[in-house]
Amino acid sequence: MSAETPITAQQRLDAVLARIPYVRFLGMRAELAGDEMTAILPFSPHLIGNTTIPALHGGVIGAFLEMTALAQLSVREPHRRQPKTIDVTIEYLRPAKGGLVTYARADLRKVGRRIANVHVEAWQEARASPVAALRGHFMLSTD
Amino acid sequence: MTDAPKPPAGDPQSDPQSDPMWVGDLATRMSQGVPQAAALGLEFVSMQDGVGILRVPWRADLVGDPDTEVIAGGVVTSLLDHVCGLAVQAGRSNPTPTATLDLRIDYLRPAKPRAGVTARAQCYKYTHTIAFVRASAYDDDPDDPVATVQAAFALTGGSPA
Repeated sequence: MSAETPITAQQRLDAVLARIPYVRFLGMRAELAGDEMTAILPFSPHLIGNTTIPALHGGVIGAFLEMTALAQLSVREPHRRQPKTIDVTIEYLRPAKGGLVTYARADLRKVGRRIANVHVEAWQEARASPVAALRGHFMLSTD
Repeated sequence: MTDAPKPPAGDPQSDPQSDPMWVGDLATRMSQGVPQAAALGLEFVSMQDGVGILRVPWRADLVGDPDTEVIAGGVVTSLLDHVCGLAVQAGRSNPTPTATLDLRIDYLRPAKPRAGVTARAQCYKYTHTIAFVRASAYDDDPDDPVATVQAAFALTGGSPA
């Protein structure tokens, strides 16, 4: 990455996400407005977990929330290596409907020297009606 | 966990005495019938008496950290959510619609590079409306898990409304 160092924070974020194969598997991306990041998960049929509703797989939602937390941490701490997830609690509030784009925003509640606490919320049509929330702890690299 | 019989992978009918009639159907439905499960390549291992086991083989496009080639935490999250749902079904006499209420995952250690992950879930309590499940995920030794899980499921139908 040193050969073509990204210039803007958005380019740096794009580069962080682009090098993770699983992010491409999900098809997620993230947009920055200043220091505010919104993660975006476009609908794709392979994300479906419940064909009756139809709704996205609960694991996909959990993974998207966790990746959002990691992406937000990379924006805040651009020079550190990818943090390691310690624990996450995922609350499922509503079915995440198939066919709709899912969005998420992370709130860094505390970023300590070693450990960060992050809350994330995901929504589809209205931010006031979240489909799921995550609270988690992440181990920051110290090198 | 060590005293549990080791199920031969890919042979869901290995223990016909405790497999309900609908297990074969459900096994197919839980692996190939769910688009996300099929996309991840989830493999059915076994289900009986409130215990379900699923496996996800390692694949290059499922890597979460290209420096280590370890499978992504998100893949393990999907596997664990899915296997917990399977365990809920494994303790019922009929297929029951469920919705995940919450899932707490502790990541105890990274999985080994280029290793697939197996997850075993046990539904240890049903009420009229809720099922409580514990699960763990491991790469080769069930007694050295990469992640442990505590989850609650609503049994009311397709939505947690």
